[in-house]
Amino acid sequence: MTIALPRIGARLPDVSYRAYRVWQRNRDVYLRLWKAEAIWPLAEPLITLLALGLGLGELITEAELPGGQRYIEFIAPGILAVFPMWAAAGECGWGSFFRMENQRTYHAIIATPVSIEDVITGEILWGATRGFISSVYILAVSAAFGLLHSPLVLLVPVMAYVSSLMFASVSLSYTSIARSISSLNYFFALFITPQFWLGGVFFPLERLPEELQVASWFVPATHVVDIYRGLVQGHLNLGHLGDLAWIAVVAAIFYYVALISMRRRLIQ
Amino acid sequence: MAEIIRARNLVKRFDGFTAVDGIDFSVRRGECFGFLGPNGAGKTTTVRMISCVSPVTEGELVVDGMDVRREPRRIKASLGVVPQEDNLDPDLSVRQNLAVHARYFDMSRDLANQRIDESLALFQLVEKQHEPIWALSTGLKRRLTIARGLINQPKILVLDEPTTGLDPQARHLVWQKLRYLREQGVTMLLCTHYMEEAAHLCDRLVIMHQGRILVEGSPAELVEQYVGREVAEVRVSGPQRERVLAQMASGPGLTVEEVEDVLYIYARTPDGRAQMADLLLESESVAYHQANLEDVFLRLTGRGLVE
Repeated sequence: MTIALPRIGARLPDVSYRAYRVWQRNRDVYLRLWKAEAIWPLAEPLITLLALGLGLGELITEAELPGGQRYIEFIAPGILAVFPMWAAAGECGWGSFFRMENQRTYHAIIATPVSIEDVITGEILWGATRGFISSVYILAVSAAFGLLHSPLVLLVPVMAYVSSLMFASVSLSYTSIARSISSLNYFFALFITPQFWLGGVFFPLERLPEELQVASWFVPATHVVDIYRGLVQGHLNLGHLGDLAWIAVVAAIFYYVALISMRRRLIQ
Repeated sequence: MAEIIRARNLVKRFDGFTAVDGIDFSVRRGECFGFLGPNGAGKTTTVRMISCVSPVTEGELVVDGMDVRREPRRIKASLGVVPQEDNLDPDLSVRQNLAVHARYFDMSRDLANQRIDESLALFQLVEKQHEPIWALSTGLKRRLTIARGLINQPKILVLDEPTTGLDPQARHLVWQKLRYLREQGVTMLLCTHYMEEAAHLCDRLVIMHQGRILVEGSPAELVEQYVGREVAEVRVSGPQRERVLAQMASGPGLTVEEVEDVLYIYARTPDGRAQMADLLLESESVAYHQANLEDVFLRLTGRGLVE
């Protein structure tokens, strides 16, 4: 006699080492296109440091910034945080959506022993890698401006990878519910861009009204910028561990959301 | 011949819509098994369940001795899938597309390279191996997609509309390769709405309609059983039409189907042709053809437009 067991709604995500195969696929494509892909992560921080750091920065007196830094020194760590955020979120936003819907790459991959959860995991690992690559380019640009002094900056790419895991997971979660590529604009205009400008990169958050300062605690970029300030300026404290924990928790939550939501979208 | 796929009372429902409605079939090792039917008949849904990318709602589905619910990864490792849509990696070269796909099967680089060289040769793609995908014609892309599906030397090759959108030359080349693979003993599942393709390639087939299997058999058996030997397509109207229909009664070997302004008359006995000639002598417009799968298909699923 056979017993029909009730279908259990919540199944465990089926993640395996094959996520690495997906990462390798993305790496192979990147290596074919890397010259064109290198333009943004080099040009953007360079232009920002020139325009805001040197141009605007000369108008700002050092006394107004914490620790009496020059303005360009103030924004350098922030730029290290937010451009990799763009790289990771963009990769798992527009990039992933394009692979999924236009190129049907996910469909091709899940016809092999690779599971949809492997695909999602590989995509997020790759998004984080894009953040890592971006941070290396920006470090090079910042070094050329003579803005790096502490040996702790060597930890920046590691931190870029970790924080990009979070941004990639959040971005892919949104992508999993996006109906069209243009609906990703909401995510980038209302979530990523405000973090870029309001995450404490270009002015000290203490300048904001108190309510907004409280709200900024909930903004991922704030915690990332905090850590980079510590790394670039060469002093870390326990508060940075709190930032790191915050990032880890948010990354874990959205990784899980992306797994569940993408499976729901693609496996029907 | 041992069976390699077995479906019993297989059901697939999407939000209250039943795409596959309790079908039974089995596929034998080494044969080419066809799924025919109009768009929306449930063919693609059925092969997606076999390929473990669409969960089974109800029923039993066993592929190569494994339950699709329990061992999707192992089943997928022994399948090759050629999808209807083009999902090659446009940024990679022909050769890289095959290499990346081989990696999903955990193939070593040496083995992958050996298999890639073989399939590039078989599908006449050697000279194109370093070209990017966007530089390929539709026919070349199809050949590459089939080559990709074979990279793991699958026990079962799943083909969903493999020649849709190809010009006649390209289509015949694909058919030739598929016949070669069948001779090599590869089990093939073929979804198509090209009757000629099914007649060319399939050992056995099912015709599906609205989620159910209407008939099952070899192309020749089905033609013999459902339409006979010859078909006359007669365009007549008014009194002439009435007269032809009245005369039908005197032709015991004939059956007729009326669709709009056309009568399809099927000769089912050996002397059917003679009867048909007597019958239609005066008709203004008549075309004869040898009965084929398309007649079976249209008789069973209706000649009306299926949307």
